Amino acid sequence: MSVKKFVVGIFTDEQVLFPAIKKVRSAGYKIHDVYTPMAIHGLDHAMGLRETSLHTAGFIYGITGTTTAIGGIGWIFNSDWPINFGGKSHFDLPAWIPITFELTVLFSSVGMVLTFCYLCQMAPFVRKHHFNLRSTDDQFTMVIELTDKTNEASAIDFLTSVGATGINTQTAETGWWLGRYDKDKTPFEQKGTALV
Amino acid sequence: MALLAYESQVRPGLVDGPKDYHQVTEDLVRPIEANPTRAWWIGFLVSVACLIFGIYSVTMQVIYGVGQWNLHKTVGWGWDITNFVWWIGIGHAGTLISAILLLFRQGWRTGVNRAAEAMTIFAVICAGQFPIWHMGRVWLCFFIMPYPNTRGSVWPNFNSPLLWDVFAISTYFTVSLLFWYTGLLPDLATVRDRAKLKWRKFMYGTLSFGWSGSVKHWQRHEALALVLAGLSTPLVLSVHTIVSFDFATSVIPGWHTTIFPPYFVAGAIFSGFAMVQTLLLVTRKVLNLKEYITVEHIEIMNKVIVLTGSIVGIAYLTELFVSWYSMNKFENWAFFQNRVNIFSPYGWAYYLMMGCNVLSPQIFWFRKMRRNVTVTFFMSIIVNIGMWFERFVIIVLSIYRDYVPSSWATYYRPSIWEVGFYVGTFGLFFTCYFLFSKFFPVIAIAEIKHILKRSGNVYKAKMGHEEAETAEEFAAENLHHDH
Repeated sequence: MSVKKFVVGIFTDEQVLFPAIKKVRSAGYKIHDVYTPMAIHGLDHAMGLRETSLHTAGFIYGITGTTTAIGGIGWIFNSDWPINFGGKSHFDLPAWIPITFELTVLFSSVGMVLTFCYLCQMAPFVRKHHFNLRSTDDQFTMVIELTDKTNEASAIDFLTSVGATGINTQTAETGWWLGRYDKDKTPFEQKGTALV
Repeated sequence: MALLAYESQVRPGLVDGPKDYHQVTEDLVRPIEANPTRAWWIGFLVSVACLIFGIYSVTMQVIYGVGQWNLHKTVGWGWDITNFVWWIGIGHAGTLISAILLLFRQGWRTGVNRAAEAMTIFAVICAGQFPIWHMGRVWLCFFIMPYPNTRGSVWPNFNSPLLWDVFAISTYFTVSLLFWYTGLLPDLATVRDRAKLKWRKFMYGTLSFGWSGSVKHWQRHEALALVLAGLSTPLVLSVHTIVSFDFATSVIPGWHTTIFPPYFVAGAIFSGFAMVQTLLLVTRKVLNLKEYITVEHIEIMNKVIVLTGSIVGIAYLTELFVSWYSMNKFENWAFFQNRVNIFSPYGWAYYLMMGCNVLSPQIFWFRKMRRNVTVTFFMSIIVNIGMWFERFVIIVLSIYRDYVPSSWATYYRPSIWEVGFYVGTFGLFFTCYFLFSKFFPVIAIAEIKHILKRSGNVYKAKMGHEEAETAEEFAAENLHHDH
């Protein structure tokens, strides 16, 4: 956990936001995140985020469900308690298709949703720092993290120049969902004169 | 300014009125933040009263046994399974709207998908009651689950369609719930961030799982929605297919029909859309959401109703043809004596079904009728009645005059407790729906915002400039825009 300082730029139009992200990135600022009230297609690419691997996870969970069903039913009907249903085969694969399919879907969906919640660090009672409460309403919020290479005043000026309608500075303690990959544990305020 | 999204003027707009993002939030969160209206209270209390009657009926049945119902040796499945299939069918429209239309990129689903998905979940809960309470010794209902038990282990029969049903419906319920709830997260966060009262902040803070609207989260959210839609699409088809297997894999004439799976799925979507219409026409009126659930939405759903109603009609006729063509006297008896013969004891039910499901929806070939709210509401009720009778015809009319004429005299009439149980599920359904409409956004706020600048009528009107351009001008203006 480290305390970090962020410059928060608020945009009211997604058509201003797109070029702004590009300019902020090419100017070398570290975009902590952008918060939007709805999904905007292409914004992830504009920010340079990689594609999510959630699909792959879903596929793996689905395969797990398939093997659980076939393995489970196969074991029960052939090894654990073989029952003779009107002289039919003990390995009656066509009759297992419905349950196999259902378990595939069930495992895949439940697994994916749990993975989604884990990756996004979402669960009941989770409290997060919300930079702008109206970013779930009508505003687009770009949060720039101040590092020892960036200066608060210049970041504010730059955000104004790219069209942010409101700008403020916030200090937030990053939870492990924010700072997972950060090796740097020094609180922002203690870095002192490292800022340019 | 270049466009981020452009939609042809040929497509009708889906959001009326001068809306911006904030106005959308205001309009759609208002019903949650305002005090419940008198109409809400009346509806809610009536629903709760029905629910209490249902609980009483079920209690009577649990105390005194399934004999409280008027089922007998000949008609072993009556109202309970009819209601079960009917409720399950109702649920299917919700998944069709939320999943299949998402895959087909149908923008109009955004106005209706949230309420339709909620309807699915409540309908499946209602449907599940019937097989569970029909078990009689309901306290042993966990026997249907495969678990290592001390009785052997004795496992359920995995080759039985009744067990497939257990898996299909529990999976369907789980997946629908997950799909609905993940879609709700951003909207619950919207409500949370506007909340002023402490309990509201806590409640919606808890329910929204700490959703922040981060781009990465949106990206995952979209991927999740797409994959869940891809999974739900075959799932919803499989569920009613498996329900139809309950009948189709038997050897009863009238049930033993290979046409059942597609026929049941079409019927399910048909009845489900009728229920969506019933609910949404009331919702848009009571919550004043006419700018979001527009006449365009109603018209499109009516088109689905006339399509699926006609598919069901063809299925009815095909059944008759196959029965005649089989030259099997038992098949012939089941269809031509027990159903088509209007003078048979239950002949009226067959013609009621035909009239409600096949003939009456044909009115929707006329545009004026499709866009008439009163006609639509009336028709949605008619279709629901018709679809209930379809299940009744299939289940009861196939068995009430079977191979042994000595059992024919037992004309099946439901007991008050069977009727009470059915009324109780209505109570359960509408109690849930009223609570949902009070505490959750009935329209997907984030999804409306997503299509607003493409399909909002105000924004579409401004696209006239682009409409007049040549393709080269349009490309020059838009494609080279930097993003």
